[in-house]
Amino acid sequence: MDIQLTEEQELLRSSIQRFLREQYDFDERRKIVATDEGWSRRHWKSFAELGLCAAPFQESSGGLGGGSLATMIVMQEFGRNLVVEPYFETVVLAGGLIEDVGSPEQRQAFLPKIMEGEATWALAWAEGRSRYDFNNVTTTARCQGDKFVLSGTKAAVVGAPWADKLIVSARTSGGPRDRDGVSLFVVDRHAANLHLQSYKTIDGRRAAELTLMNVEVSADQMLGSEGAGVVALEATRDRAIAALCAEAVGAMSVLNSATLEYSKTRKQFGVALGTFQVLQHRMVDMFIALEEAISLTQHLNLSLSAHEPNGSKLASGAKSKVGYAARFVAEQAVQLHGGMGMSDELNVGHYFKRISSINVQFGDPAYHLTRYAQQS
Amino acid sequence: MELELSSEDAAFRDEVRAFIAENYPQEMRVANPETDLTREQSLLWHRILHKKGWIAPLWPKEYGGPGWSVTQRFIFEQETSRAGTLPPLAFSVTMVGPVIYTFGNDAQKKKFLPGILSGEDWWCQGYSEPGSGSDLASVRTKAVRDGDHYIVNGHKTWTTLAQHADWIFCLVRTDPAAKPQAGISFLLIDMKSPGVTVRPIITIDGSHEVNDVFLEDVRVPAENLIGEENKGWTYAKFLLGNERTSMAGIGRSTRYLARLKQIVRTEVGEDDAAFGEFIREIARVELDVLALEATELRIVAQMSRGIDPGPAASLFKIRGTEIFQRITDLTHQAIGNYGLAIREHPVTANRFMPGPDYGHTATEKYLNSRKLSIYGGSNEIQRNIIAKAVLGL
Repeated sequence: MDIQLTEEQELLRSSIQRFLREQYDFDERRKIVATDEGWSRRHWKSFAELGLCAAPFQESSGGLGGGSLATMIVMQEFGRNLVVEPYFETVVLAGGLIEDVGSPEQRQAFLPKIMEGEATWALAWAEGRSRYDFNNVTTTARCQGDKFVLSGTKAAVVGAPWADKLIVSARTSGGPRDRDGVSLFVVDRHAANLHLQSYKTIDGRRAAELTLMNVEVSADQMLGSEGAGVVALEATRDRAIAALCAEAVGAMSVLNSATLEYSKTRKQFGVALGTFQVLQHRMVDMFIALEEAISLTQHLNLSLSAHEPNGSKLASGAKSKVGYAARFVAEQAVQLHGGMGMSDELNVGHYFKRISSINVQFGDPAYHLTRYAQQS
Repeated sequence: MELELSSEDAAFRDEVRAFIAENYPQEMRVANPETDLTREQSLLWHRILHKKGWIAPLWPKEYGGPGWSVTQRFIFEQETSRAGTLPPLAFSVTMVGPVIYTFGNDAQKKKFLPGILSGEDWWCQGYSEPGSGSDLASVRTKAVRDGDHYIVNGHKTWTTLAQHADWIFCLVRTDPAAKPQAGISFLLIDMKSPGVTVRPIITIDGSHEVNDVFLEDVRVPAENLIGEENKGWTYAKFLLGNERTSMAGIGRSTRYLARLKQIVRTEVGEDDAAFGEFIREIARVELDVLALEATELRIVAQMSRGIDPGPAASLFKIRGTEIFQRITDLTHQAIGNYGLAIREHPVTANRFMPGPDYGHTATEKYLNSRKLSIYGGSNEIQRNIIAKAVLGL
């Protein structure tokens, strides 16, 4: 089942690799994270010029038609280099949603700017008490003539502090936990009566809590059908998981090779660390974890691009399995690097933190294990 | 779980409990005492215990110890840790102090012990060096005798709270020709000496607990040598034994488990499928704590009958750190989406942190606790010790 990349896909991968090698080493990333915004508009522009922002979109939308395999290729390389620019938030989440459920007018209005690197987006689905369920929505959207008025709070919105546009889930009908009645709205980040409280995330990004106090949006800013937001978000999550798994695989592969290299060069008690059998077996388990993660990530991406019916169940399975595997690799990479693994100076801890963040986003491995078990 | 206490011991326990309740400074009850307190705030409780005469439970009475039995010492440890008090300066009281009164000369005892007890002198530990890891005998910092001084050159690392320290106790190599363990000496160095530079090491949780300490042509009076030249390894091993006994951390784990339960009850509804999963995982950890606590009590009972605990310290270190890591992991999971947020250091009240207060330190604790299985002799090393010393492998 090993994916043989097409010539076009190979080209995409090698162009990303070349760019990141030349312009996105760990020191450069550190500088980017330390800036006020925490990401680089210059690099973002370059990603767009390389065609990355257009890669997964259909040709009919003006994209390059690469689909989820293109996303997988991009995200794996981004995972290897800990790229912090809002590709996942803008292209995978928002772009995917707009292409999936947006009206022709909305696709026309929003997608070109995303593909050209002109606009960044963030997806506000979570709330303080929602945990990982899209139906747990208390934010309301009241219909008033040709407008909707949004009120409530949204939590942990990664990328919101500097996004141009937000997609906000809000209840247009039903009770606080009903699957039906949640709708999605495009909200300008500078909209009146929208208040943001920003903070740093574990992996060096920026997120915000959103407070909406009677934020008015015109009815044509509703994304998808009224009341059908949960279904749209679930499909988005499947794609999101496929992307996050690819990113995790990229991060794991760097951790494994760094740990292996370290164990061959670092001496303790007069011999290389790698000569201790207990550490050899640990690294074999890390190797196996990565192999399994690669396989499941490829399997998921192939299933999603073929629109196979069990894609959503498989997405949860992969989020769980790859999440546990990535955590094992990350924790052991820190352990085997000893004190250095704990230091902010070395890259290992930063991969650890990105993996920790991936494991929270859209549901932790335990959550998805349960969801996998419950899906028939 | 409780020891079966005599009426005297029970009265002692009540006395300790009441003393903590009445005297532990409110100022020290911050979100994360290990990183959020100033130097002065960290010393408040130390000074109160000193005034009470309880600062150094392990020390013999003649040097300022309270003269407690094994059981009383255990009760004190248990009560202070259950109450969540910040331990007094461990590198001073638990580590260097006993080395000085056991191996030091009278002048050294007179000079150093009072400052250790009162908290006037803050000590840090100069053991680890870049590349040494758990192999401490690989010390490369050199001390060369020059008249009545040593000239010290080297680089110590992972030095906890060196930024606050007045003194550092160092392992230094005095005989480069000897076998690794044989050429080491134990030297006390004034941090104000010319040539001592402290550089912060920021860890993955963003905090500043550890440091690099550079020693460049530092002149140290020869009178600061502990015991004999080249016998430092003996003193170092003695000290490490003290370091590892305190790592079971039952009190801390019990407190964090209670908090985890509270978070799960508040954050995860009983009708949430995750609830049952959390309850089972918490129960599993609770049993781990119970088993470790029972082991600790069994060892205490054996020690009070005069039986040598052997490498029990390694067992405590392994299980204590694994348990605490698991608790911080579950706590991080329990706060859900807010597990993405992390406090910025140095911590100030005006920086916004999202979500309920009880979750604000969950992420940093999860990250910070990764160090537990690495420091103080990695858990791999502790397993080697048990394999060799207990199993005879």
